[in-house]
Amino acid sequence: MDLVREGRVWKFGDQINTDLMLPGSAFRLPKEEQHMLCFEAIRPGWVKEVREGDILIGGRNFGLGSGRPVGAVLHTCGIRAVLAESINGLCLRNCINVSLPAMNCPGVSALFEEGDTARIDFRRGRVENLTRGGEIDAMPLPGILVDIVQAGGIVEMLIAQGFIESEPFLAARS
Amino acid sequence: MGATIIEKILARTSGAAVVGPGEIAVCRPDIVVQLDMPFYVDGFWYRPKKVYDPDRIAIIFDHGMPAPTIKEASGMAEGRRFAREFGLKHVYDFGRHGISHVVAAEKGLARPGELLVNCDSHSCAAGALNCAARGAGPLDALQAMTQGLVWYPVTPTIRYEFTGALAPTVSGKDVFFHIAQVYGGHSNMSVEFGGPGLAALAMNERRTIATMCAEIGAEFALFEYDAITAEYLEGRIDRPAEPVAPDADAEYADRRVIDLAEVEPYVMLPHAVPNNGVPISRFDREVAIDQAFIGSCANGQIEDIRIAAGIVAGRQVAPGVRLIVTPGSQDIYLQAVREGLVETLTVAGAVVTNSTCGACLGYHMGVLAPGEVCLTASTRNFKGRMGSSQAEIYMGSPATVAASAIAGVITDPRGSIAGTA
Repeated sequence: MDLVREGRVWKFGDQINTDLMLPGSAFRLPKEEQHMLCFEAIRPGWVKEVREGDILIGGRNFGLGSGRPVGAVLHTCGIRAVLAESINGLCLRNCINVSLPAMNCPGVSALFEEGDTARIDFRRGRVENLTRGGEIDAMPLPGILVDIVQAGGIVEMLIAQGFIESEPFLAARS
Repeated sequence: MGATIIEKILARTSGAAVVGPGEIAVCRPDIVVQLDMPFYVDGFWYRPKKVYDPDRIAIIFDHGMPAPTIKEASGMAEGRRFAREFGLKHVYDFGRHGISHVVAAEKGLARPGELLVNCDSHSCAAGALNCAARGAGPLDALQAMTQGLVWYPVTPTIRYEFTGALAPTVSGKDVFFHIAQVYGGHSNMSVEFGGPGLAALAMNERRTIATMCAEIGAEFALFEYDAITAEYLEGRIDRPAEPVAPDADAEYADRRVIDLAEVEPYVMLPHAVPNNGVPISRFDREVAIDQAFIGSCANGQIEDIRIAAGIVAGRQVAPGVRLIVTPGSQDIYLQAVREGLVETLTVAGAVVTNSTCGACLGYHMGVLAPGEVCLTASTRNFKGRMGSSQAEIYMGSPATVAASAIAGVITDPRGSIAGTA
């Protein structure tokens, strides 16, 4: 099955770490509010500007840091694809596992200006700039990972196979 | 063509004869370590209907232990319920707790040649014991506990060959900083450590280095197994070790030689680790600090606390500086009490805390205010990591942090040890 995403590009530079996407202070918030602090320390107000279907392009070592669920945060913000010069391995799995396709694509920063429209074919590893023209090869997403994305992520897979309950446990707040 | 350490472990656990870069290995973990945090961060705990093997799941409470708010308390109660429901074999709850990577090493859960799954990013700590682990996500841990499967990309490996031996007051932390400074990020690369210098590199230094490899984005970080590994594991593991060595003709993306004798103490500057450090002899700014922290999975070991106590003994922490020391586990805390280290630190004006991840991630027990400056021997210096995003976090070795806490400014520990600071 193909996995193609098209959308408006947001550009971020090198060394964007997990704590910038989900600061520790967001951990105790309800899930529907956690994403409101995404990039607040470096780009206040971004959460209100981004819309569903947008694409995030990062620089080198994108997503370096902790196991905190930054893929889910970006997904809740509306991001539907992530590309970077290089993506941290833990960040990559935290994206794939919540059905947010992400791919390493050296040279991608130079191909786009912010606001351009990108078309990304994850299975073939092709990235196009539909606004200005030009395309580039990425490192294609292996079939097993495309399958996880297409299945709706790990939780959906585990629910479907009867391994876990269908609703999350929520720790009491008061 | 031969295989690297990680290629061999991923091949065995995925049931393949060989694996190579570019492949995804779907593996059966030897042990899964579950922390407290997934039980209380919304959306990451779905109660399992079955587990794949209750003897291969360990629960270790660390990030919010003991509970700072009702949310953590409620999450940990759920963790205890889960452990009881399935009769999990390894439970390190209140009183036996500690930072998961430290406890996993101490209690023999991280075993040579095996594959350990833990959702925390510093799981690569196990690599010091020749055990393959990388930070997985909370959902990977859930899949590993229930289905007994977890996926890994097989990446190219960079081989570091150590030669020589560390100079006094230079630590494994500085070796890591040197690698981060000279070679930068290692995204989509695994690293392997070996060479003749390994024989002179103590286990605590190896554990610091392996743990910190998360900060250069390494996929896996693995040390070769040797007599020092065997000595550390003596009495800790309940079955014979099955260490994995690389083949002589293993293929590496690069081989880099590091002369340990040439490494000097570093200071890492705020907000990022790769390519963001300065050898301390060239750090010419006077930076006053508000907080000094020694702890975390990287530097909460007994050796780190001995270094801190040795430097502050008979002196006083500078006025206005908060020196916080957090042992990595209850076992280490007890050892520090028995050796008199807690007394020495307390007399000097430091605070020795309960064993927890705590201040390292700005969660509790040492959160920074806006405008404050911290020098830390923990894992990260990201903006906002230890509290306010308006705080600045410098990093150094435990010796550098302790010496700086006495001086009140970031200081070369080598003068301090000689008694000239």
